[in-house]
Amino acid sequence: MSEPRHRSWLKSPALWPLAGLLLLALVNLAFSKEFFSLTVRDGHYVGAMVDIFKNGSICLVLALGMTLVIATGGIDLSVGSVMAIVAAVAATLLQQGHSLALVLVAGLGVGLLCGLVNGLLISWARIQPIVATLVLMVSGRGIAQLVTGGFQVRIDDTHYTFLGNGFLFGLPLPPILVTVLYLAAWLGLRRSATGLFIEAAGDNETASRFAGLATARVKCLAYVACGLCAAVAGILASSDIKNANPLHDGLNMELDAIFAVVLGGTALSGGRFNLLGTYFGALLLQTLTETMYYDQVRSQVAPVPKAVLIVIVCLLQSETTRRWFGGLFRRASA
Amino acid sequence: MAAVEPSTPPLLAMRGVGKKFPGVIALSGVDFTVRAGQIHALLGENGAGKSTLIKVLTGVYAPDEGDIRLASQPIRPASPRDAERLGISTVYQEVNLIPTLSVAENIGLGRQPGKFGFLNWSALRRHARIALARLEIEVDVDAELGSLPLAIQQMVAIARALDLQAKLLVLDEPTASLDEKEVDELFKIMRQLRVAGLGIIFVTHFLDQVYEVTDCITVLHNGEFVGEYPTAGLGRLQLVSKMLGREVSDEEGHAAEGGRSAAVGGRPSSETTVPLLEACQLGRRGAVHPLDLTLRSGEVTGLAGLLGSGRTETARLLFGIDRADTGEIKLRGQPMKISSPRAAVQKGLAFCSEDRKTEGILPNLSVRENIIFALQAKRGAWNTLSRAEQGRLCTHYIQALRIKTGSPETPIKNLSGGNQQKVLLARWLATQPALIILDEPTRGIDVGAKAEIEQLIAKLRADGVAVLFISSEIEEVVRNSTRIAVLRDRRKVAELSGGEMELHRLLHEMAGVAKTHE
Repeated sequence: MSEPRHRSWLKSPALWPLAGLLLLALVNLAFSKEFFSLTVRDGHYVGAMVDIFKNGSICLVLALGMTLVIATGGIDLSVGSVMAIVAAVAATLLQQGHSLALVLVAGLGVGLLCGLVNGLLISWARIQPIVATLVLMVSGRGIAQLVTGGFQVRIDDTHYTFLGNGFLFGLPLPPILVTVLYLAAWLGLRRSATGLFIEAAGDNETASRFAGLATARVKCLAYVACGLCAAVAGILASSDIKNANPLHDGLNMELDAIFAVVLGGTALSGGRFNLLGTYFGALLLQTLTETMYYDQVRSQVAPVPKAVLIVIVCLLQSETTRRWFGGLFRRASA
Repeated sequence: MAAVEPSTPPLLAMRGVGKKFPGVIALSGVDFTVRAGQIHALLGENGAGKSTLIKVLTGVYAPDEGDIRLASQPIRPASPRDAERLGISTVYQEVNLIPTLSVAENIGLGRQPGKFGFLNWSALRRHARIALARLEIEVDVDAELGSLPLAIQQMVAIARALDLQAKLLVLDEPTASLDEKEVDELFKIMRQLRVAGLGIIFVTHFLDQVYEVTDCITVLHNGEFVGEYPTAGLGRLQLVSKMLGREVSDEEGHAAEGGRSAAVGGRPSSETTVPLLEACQLGRRGAVHPLDLTLRSGEVTGLAGLLGSGRTETARLLFGIDRADTGEIKLRGQPMKISSPRAAVQKGLAFCSEDRKTEGILPNLSVRENIIFALQAKRGAWNTLSRAEQGRLCTHYIQALRIKTGSPETPIKNLSGGNQQKVLLARWLATQPALIILDEPTRGIDVGAKAEIEQLIAKLRADGVAVLFISSEIEEVVRNSTRIAVLRDRRKVAELSGGEMELHRLLHEMAGVAKTHE
């Protein structure tokens, strides 16, 4: 019994981003000792590793929802714009003096609604996911501006800003919240059959439907979950910077989220997904950003190493290249 | 087999053509001869090798053995383009032109007249007009192709094919999506081309059309050459039995009937019991004409008919995949609306599709997940089968159906076709259905697995499950069924039970000819 389990662990898609993460850590270890230093200041842990977790939490939570959408064979380009809408709604409501509970419910509700619109356009109206979510990606920033009246909105509510800036057990709150969310999602998806249904719908939609699965409902649900995750990201981001900016909040974040999912070993063609892989994938992406920041790479150049990394990981995951490499080794040993 | 006109040298002569795919011999030793000025039907059931032969001829596949001569010259087309250059033009079932381009552009596609990368538009239009005039088709060459009726699109495709200096025209099921009038139009053109001295290969599964327009018939079965016959000299019944790979004499028909009685113990259950499912005048335009069908628990109802006779279409209506335009379904005497596969599964129906790959397996998921999937879908997301229950189901079915798999966690795509089929059967058996529709459950699997599936059908019947059994292998239908509904040209034409269920009678019904003896 232990043999197959051992093998399945080796085959886990989460292995690649984890390997990448360790490799990057080694590079950092070689170049700067500071990277791994962890100090305690005012009872809080401080250091590059803490920064990675804290700054990576937005991408982490977006990638969680994105994993489900991609597993159904779809994609959601609107998450960045949904973040902006949610931030705008939350900030505006706070300014009007509403309670924190109402603000949070409203923010999450807006995210859910956005996800539902995407989901219905895709599952019911059968619009291609990339087109359907592009609509909200483009119009979302307009909606956010309408909400705020075209201005940025400052957030002064200390309870709200605690979400993005607070500490728990000396650690920043956002990554703790996000990790709890991952655990809850993992339990919910794997303890129920929802995870299986999502994978089946993405693997072969027709066959799933013919076997009696309500594939449209499953797909719609994935977009709703993605909208909710985008709402959480929007709340955390605006709470962190104490500001809602309709034009800038969550800009290009959908691409980071997609990258993280792909790095985590969930194929864009849909089917099998791996939340742990996504978690590592998002951390890997953030570590890279943080490394460049640490080594003072100019921000204009920063996307290049990111791109290189993505190409390498994608090549490692592709069966064709693996076979090619395998052939190379066999030839070499022969 | 006697050639039709031995004096004329053949336009196309394929001799001893063989083609293997991993695990399958698609063609072996096939001869195919087409003469100039002849419309030649290429016939056979699913898996007979028609499309492989056409693909060898048009350069899609390279043959493993045999030789091909066009006008006595040995040829070896390396690609469809190459075949076109040699004078072999093909029109496929699905019009494969570009609907958003004009007629003229479609005809000239890939060989636009012009210089230095600039298009000579007037030459392009002139070209198209000449090509269409040859077929006596009147259509605006500037019209967008997609805006024209399908039949005209089909003809534009033919015009495009003939625009090159074609000697041989291959029509691969060109009539599948045409109505009767459009078919007549197409036949008119085919006859014109015959007069003009072209050789035409006509692949179809409509027997009426074969008799209406062709001169000569070549029949394939299981990748082998059965024979070449003049159309006028081959009766329908003979043709059908050749397509099904058997020569039927009266004696043999009766012998097979005797064999059947021995094989099937069960008799039709009393007509007075309430049937499990009754379909009254169930039909759908373009799929199947309204038909009545009664399925009873503990009975295997065979659905016989040639390819394209409406067998799968009937199954899809029953399972709620396609919406019926007419008629109603009663389940245990109660009128029911089965509007989706999901609804059908909830009501205890199961449908094992003939298209394993696109409608059956979840390729990257494990054997375990594939087996429990329909049951889990039926139970919903929250009423989860525990890992222990899943393991028990898997172990049970892997043993009971002798599924060969490395482990229950192996992705199903790594299994052989026969084992994939068994996993899909297990998937449906796990839902404990009241009715199971088996659409070609034995297609493309080895003999041993076939026998096991037949045993399984017998067991299902004994357990009181209603089975609707669809198969192209007519002996299999006779052997396993309690009663047989026969479909022809998308109509139910007969229902046979008891002593009527003998091979000869069935072939007559399938072919649509009156019974000649007795």
